[in-house]
Amino acid sequence: MKELKILAILIIVIGALYYGVEPYAHSIMEPKTAPADFAFKDLKPIDLSRGVASKGKDLVAQNCVACHSLKSQKIPAPMDKAAAGVSFGVVPPDLSHIASVLNPQFLAHFIKDPTKAALLTHKYKDDHPYPMPAFTQFSDQDLADIVAYLVSIAPKNLSDKQVFMQACQRCHDIKYDKLYAITDHKDLHRYLGSNAPDLSMMIRSLGREKLEVFINDPQKLLHGTAMPRVGLTKKAQEQVINYLEQTGDSKHHQRHRLGIQIMLFFAVMTLLAYFWKQKVWREVH
Amino acid sequence: MTEYWIPKNINFLWAMGVILLTLFTALVVSGIFLLMYYKPDAKLAYDSVNFTIMQEVAFGWLWRHIHATAASMIFVIIYIHMFVAIYYGSYKRGREMIWISGMLLFVIFSAEAFSGYMLPWGQMSYWAASVITGLFGKIPVIGPDLLMWIRGNYVVADATLTRFFMLHVFLLPVVIIMIIGMHFYSLRIPHVNNQEGEVLDFEAEEKKYKEGNKKESKVIPFWPVFLSKDIFVVCAFMVFFFYLVCYHYEFAMDPINFERANSLKTPTHIYPEWYFLWSYEVLRGFFFNGNLGLVVFGIVQIIFFLLPLLDNSPVVKPAHQRKAFQVWFWLLVVDMVVLTIYGKLPPVGNNRYVGLVASLIFLALFFVILPLISRAEKKGA
Repeated sequence: MKELKILAILIIVIGALYYGVEPYAHSIMEPKTAPADFAFKDLKPIDLSRGVASKGKDLVAQNCVACHSLKSQKIPAPMDKAAAGVSFGVVPPDLSHIASVLNPQFLAHFIKDPTKAALLTHKYKDDHPYPMPAFTQFSDQDLADIVAYLVSIAPKNLSDKQVFMQACQRCHDIKYDKLYAITDHKDLHRYLGSNAPDLSMMIRSLGREKLEVFINDPQKLLHGTAMPRVGLTKKAQEQVINYLEQTGDSKHHQRHRLGIQIMLFFAVMTLLAYFWKQKVWREVH
Repeated sequence: MTEYWIPKNINFLWAMGVILLTLFTALVVSGIFLLMYYKPDAKLAYDSVNFTIMQEVAFGWLWRHIHATAASMIFVIIYIHMFVAIYYGSYKRGREMIWISGMLLFVIFSAEAFSGYMLPWGQMSYWAASVITGLFGKIPVIGPDLLMWIRGNYVVADATLTRFFMLHVFLLPVVIIMIIGMHFYSLRIPHVNNQEGEVLDFEAEEKKYKEGNKKESKVIPFWPVFLSKDIFVVCAFMVFFFYLVCYHYEFAMDPINFERANSLKTPTHIYPEWYFLWSYEVLRGFFFNGNLGLVVFGIVQIIFFLLPLLDNSPVVKPAHQRKAFQVWFWLLVVDMVVLTIYGKLPPVGNNRYVGLVASLIFLALFFVILPLISRAEKKGA
């Protein structure tokens, strides 16, 4: 009984210490943020229900392919990567898969006013303009048509890695998977004002929960950053995080499987040791 | 081992020494495995840890997690071991050498932990190393030269990493093993203390035991009686330890340290590992005068060594039989918990005053209250 009392006191003191330096201290040091918003409530809804894909196809042909490629539709990029990087600062994305990863409302708003949708108005102004112009001349119907077209050509399912490549690889490296940014680092630095970090270890330095808030709205955790709000759907974002886990914390499952086995082993050893100790001490007490 | 005798009147807190030995062994063994793949080079260190060891080498992650978790847990147990000794008065009357060699171990373990923390070349490793080595630069007269000598460069750089690597994997472990030997050897003459602080005639008790009066004898042999209980405690501890290793390692591996060191980008908050926080808070506590903080910081590094001098009362009893000392003991525990927690919080607003008051209380407990208690006890005794 006495030893249990001592153990209880130990647990209380160490528990207080742990609570103070871990959950409590971190709750004070890290800014509190609202949870991720996959409905993009700050953007006024555009009626996308009556979009006509065939009309959207024409609009894309007239307006988008001057810079963007659509490889699945056999439309190549007008410039090679090096030239595009020098001209724009970042290589424009291929649009074949874009609607598989972006929220449709976000996509429509992005076409209409990219810096506003990406939450980058503080970064890209007249003296340092954003490479994609705002298509304010498009009516809501035009936007609905373009989105309908992009949705019609987008595959329903992409692998985790394909989602990552579509959403992040224009700027970010994953060195540990030998995946490198499409845009040249020098061009990117000029365009962003700083280097885009390698994401190999991001799963361990930020963790799943923070990544979920950060990717959904980078400004919340890193105010003033040049990283855009990408506008990923909940599913696409989960796939990105899964990919980061596969490359940065590939032994995650092994750790969880092995942990329980080692603990069980020592639990059995504890029992055996307890019976042995009882046997030995019976002679002296 | 069967010829070394231990009092029977002890509880599981006396098993901490064997847990420490187990953890130290785990550190050495896991360290040897890590050493096979680690590269002590500022360009390669980060990837050798985070890619080669954590992902490419079979079970490399397990060795690294064991190493990091054991490094943190060893301080939990050292603090328990230390406070058990304070509670039961085991630093007194012939046991001073045990106490002093133990405190030496604590200091060398601190240096060992600090030098090891830098090796993964992560953001917090780098900046913590910068801040702590920077303290040496503030020492009068020799400071700037000393700082250069320690870092091997104007800033924390490859030269610093290489020498910290040598300290961590060779010099300090050898010194630790030697002091462990000294710590054990100094136990042979005054023997282990017991729950009541009772002075035992070990030879007479040993004779009783050997004659078969095992139940009457107040001592037990180290093997198998003492160790049978220790092994039980170690096994139970290991269940908890591997829970931490596999499911809760982040308490020992700060997520920010998975970011590569960047000498151009300071982290928002710089703080040491939890076991240094209380003395770090004393350093910051005197916020209005950095030099004063540094002086007091220097004092608290050695303050526990002085315990046998500051408490020279002849009474050797557990704290619950020395009322004033018992109050002192729990005030010290609470004060150190407060210092530790505020050592991590940003030093702004009222936090600074909490730090100052807690630091002053800490000094008063050692230099004013403890000598007064022992003086009163001497008169009473």
